[in-house]
Amino acid sequence: MIKSKLGFTVLAAVLAVGLMVIVPTFAAKNLTIKGSTTVLPVSQSCAEAFMNKHSDVNISVQGGGSGVGIASLIDGTCDIADASRPIKDKEIAKAEENGIDPYENVVALDGIAVIVHPSNPVDGLSIEQIKKIYTGEASNWNEVGGKDMKVVVISRDSASGTFETFNELALDKEKVRPDALLQASNQAVAQTVSRTKGAVGYVGLGYLSSSVKGVAVDGVEPTKANVVKGSYKLARELYMYTDAPPQGLVKDFIDFVLSEEGQKLAEKAGYVAVK
Amino acid sequence: MYRIKEKIYKGIFTLLAFASLVFLVGITLTLFIEGLPVFKEVGFFDFIFGKSWYPTYEPPEFGILPLILGSLWVTFGAVLFCVPIGVGSALFINELAGKRLKAVLKPVIEILAGIPSIVYGFFGMVVVAPFIQRLLGLPVGLTAFTGSLMLGIMATPTVCSISEDALSFVPRSFREASLAVGANRWQTLTKVVFPASASGISTSIILGMSRAVGETMTVLMVTGGAAVIPHTFFQPVRPMTSTIAAEMGEAVMGSSHYHSLFAIGLILFFITLVFNIIAELISRRFRMKLGLGR
Repeated sequence: MIKSKLGFTVLAAVLAVGLMVIVPTFAAKNLTIKGSTTVLPVSQSCAEAFMNKHSDVNISVQGGGSGVGIASLIDGTCDIADASRPIKDKEIAKAEENGIDPYENVVALDGIAVIVHPSNPVDGLSIEQIKKIYTGEASNWNEVGGKDMKVVVISRDSASGTFETFNELALDKEKVRPDALLQASNQAVAQTVSRTKGAVGYVGLGYLSSSVKGVAVDGVEPTKANVVKGSYKLARELYMYTDAPPQGLVKDFIDFVLSEEGQKLAEKAGYVAVK
Repeated sequence: MYRIKEKIYKGIFTLLAFASLVFLVGITLTLFIEGLPVFKEVGFFDFIFGKSWYPTYEPPEFGILPLILGSLWVTFGAVLFCVPIGVGSALFINELAGKRLKAVLKPVIEILAGIPSIVYGFFGMVVVAPFIQRLLGLPVGLTAFTGSLMLGIMATPTVCSISEDALSFVPRSFREASLAVGANRWQTLTKVVFPASASGISTSIILGMSRAVGETMTVLMVTGGAAVIPHTFFQPVRPMTSTIAAEMGEAVMGSSHYHSLFAIGLILFFITLVFNIIAELISRRFRMKLGLGR
């Protein structure tokens, strides 16, 4: 009995020493960014450029989604939460409980392009027509000025920031038809549309490529210039949330993102500069 | 000194042995703690038998019947592919193949099990789905059928490998006795070897099914993801796993949507648990029958 106790004591000691060795002590300055995969390319490229300038800073960038990012800001496990949607009242309430005061920084603009297969003769749709297609009122292309072909509606998972923005801007929060296909990322939507003749989908402006056709919305082409001008209707702001107005290292980083260099990187990632 | 060393080793290995139990309890508890709150908002039966899944709308609807049916649909579809291929190749390897062929075939089939599921998903999305779309003239190739086909291929190694083990466990004396009384090879196979290994083969099928029902990445990529109650094999469906994978990242922590995803996980856990219990019961009977009982 005594011996077995001794065995466990020794084991505990071994484990404790092991843990002390494993847990390292960091001297460098750390910054953790987490959240929306839409904002991810911006934070990633800005973080790399920022670390090149400040060798003593270590920035870790993770995806996971807007909800995950904001949840970790509330938990205090990240310094900056990337989000492609504004923070919700419920999340603000939760943050206040934890003594966190979320502060909104607009870091870039994103347009959502409605895309069709390149062989589809439809070049433009009104918001009303887009709504009809997505709610199931129109299920053949000839109902919106196209040829006789079944519409294959492709949507995003209903929790994604892109979906939420699209749902608000184009559908007035009405329900997407239940038989719409669900894809979990911008690339997957573009990929499916490029392979399906009757498909319609929506992606961030940065994901437009020659393999799909972006249609004009209410007569306005989905271009960066039109997003900045504000004439393109399916556009949204991208955010980095911080605890209270940014200070110290967090402020340095946000300032860098908003600097000319940072905004260039955002444009390179397919988004539109704030100014 | 020697005794102490022995005790330390014993302690370490006891700890390791109990580690998986700790994980199991931890995971189950988390599923319950995070999943049950959704039933405060939606009744249990409304959740299971509800026909529409609109978790982020106002007011939200949490009906997972289309998702459960989506999962079962692709799983049973997968059985239609993996049973003939898996059991058939097990029979071939065990009964007909020569030593050299066997030495090649078995590892090759087992390599199939080592291919990451995302690779199956990618292959299904880029090669199989467009092929099925063109072949059958469908509006879109991402269907329950495509998912079943991919899952069937993925479950084949499980079915084949365990079936082959079951066949090889049939004692030599059984075969010899059968041949000795004048039965030919086919009669020996169908009347003696097959019944003797039937429970092992059933176990392999059920384990293959539980692999298929829990598979996530592949179905997320190839089944299209429409949350509707499926009427044919050639329409898009949304299994439970892909719903969790697609929505968990963006669900607001602590919301009913978040809890409902855990509740889906809980139900999925029960489905695979039932599969595994059935498999265990059958394989126990199988060991007894051959006199290999514990």
